[in-house]
Amino acid sequence: MTPPAFSPVGLRLENIDKRYGRLLALRGVSLTIAAGECVVFAGRNGSGKTTLLRVVSQLVRPSRGRVTFSGATGDEQTTAVRPGFVAHATMVYDELTAEENLLLFARLQEIAQPEKRVETLLHDVGLSERRGSLVRTFSRGMRQRAAIARALLHEPAVLLLDEPATGLDPQGVTWLAEAIRRLRDSGRTILMSLHGESEISQLGTRAIRLDAGSIAADTRTGATFRSILTFADA
Amino acid sequence: MSLLANTSTLLGKELRTEFRSRELLTTTIVFILIVLVLFSFAFNPTSDESRQFASGLLWLALLFASSLMLQPCFLREQNNDTLSALRLSVSDPFAIFLAKLAANTLFLLLAELLLLPLFAVMYNVPVVPVLHWLLLVFFLASLGISIAGTALSAISAQARMRELLLPLLLLPLLTPILVVSAEVTRSLLDREPFVRWKGIGFIGVFDVVFLTALWLFGEYLLEE
Repeated sequence: MTPPAFSPVGLRLENIDKRYGRLLALRGVSLTIAAGECVVFAGRNGSGKTTLLRVVSQLVRPSRGRVTFSGATGDEQTTAVRPGFVAHATMVYDELTAEENLLLFARLQEIAQPEKRVETLLHDVGLSERRGSLVRTFSRGMRQRAAIARALLHEPAVLLLDEPATGLDPQGVTWLAEAIRRLRDSGRTILMSLHGESEISQLGTRAIRLDAGSIAADTRTGATFRSILTFADA
Repeated sequence: MSLLANTSTLLGKELRTEFRSRELLTTTIVFILIVLVLFSFAFNPTSDESRQFASGLLWLALLFASSLMLQPCFLREQNNDTLSALRLSVSDPFAIFLAKLAANTLFLLLAELLLLPLFAVMYNVPVVPVLHWLLLVFFLASLGISIAGTALSAISAQARMRELLLPLLLLPLLTPILVVSAEVTRSLLDREPFVRWKGIGFIGVFDVVFLTALWLFGEYLLEE
């Protein structure tokens, strides 16, 4: 991976509620995440992991509460921070090539020298040789590489990964774990939702279990960390 | 500047994906063609009859075809959740609407221009002497259809009965523009053609009002 061009950013969630009609998807979630932390969110289906990440990404407006980002000096950067987001869906166009997709999003984000940035990222995620192929011809693993490249276009200091290993074969998971490890080591703050224990979950420096939209457990250490990932009682 | 730059980048994407798949254009052109041919054989109108009701048939066909064309506008952004990627990337979400309505207007105009000669021959109406006026009506009405249709497509794409919802919302909303466009076109195809300025003005006002509403409230239509 190329050297980072960002300042470390932490974030704070204050009393976040998110309501979809009658369903309360998030209930009073309050969290402080330090710059450079790699947080794993675990929990059963419907526990609120995806909603929480979408609230942090600013795609979903919370019904109550707020999300603030802060730099290493603690200065508040409410709107200037734009996290990179890798979701269940790849968020790239099947009808465009990998290069066209990345150039499209680079231009929309007004990235300086978009061609150069895209070239670098295609190389970093190992898609240089397939740059001219339509994404619809890609395997799931290659699509995920394109999705990660798209999320990293603007050198985000905060990276959100929503079940990034879904549908990947063991080799794909290994590649993804290595990519996330390098991103974590570069100083990015990473929030990822996962199901169960895996190579990827071991990269976490903190584990949080969500249950029915609330935080049920939060730890940085040993046995409790593992129990959170496996949904066992902490 | 960033709004214009984002709009032009997104318009380029819309055109590229459409000309690669030709999905919307083919459907629209084939649909209009079938309706025009069926009506022509069913009624076998004389030249005078054509002058009276051919414009109505043309606009009815265009309206139904546009509801087909507008349906996938936001729906296909949901396949890979690309709408979220766009929302995370653009500085002003209005650029997403502007690009989509510009692309829809272009596709509709292209379909109209391709089918106009056929319409003139099948219904025996002289379009050449009033071509510039017809093009003005086509442009303004297509723009109106695209503005309203793009907004409703964004709403219906998030609804449960999305395939049914768009035509249900779109057709009543576009009835005024259909009636006025048909009237203006009929006066242009008359034996002694004349321009209904009030009609053209009405379509222009329709476009401005709906574009302003989209600019003011469009962002909320994209929220989850």
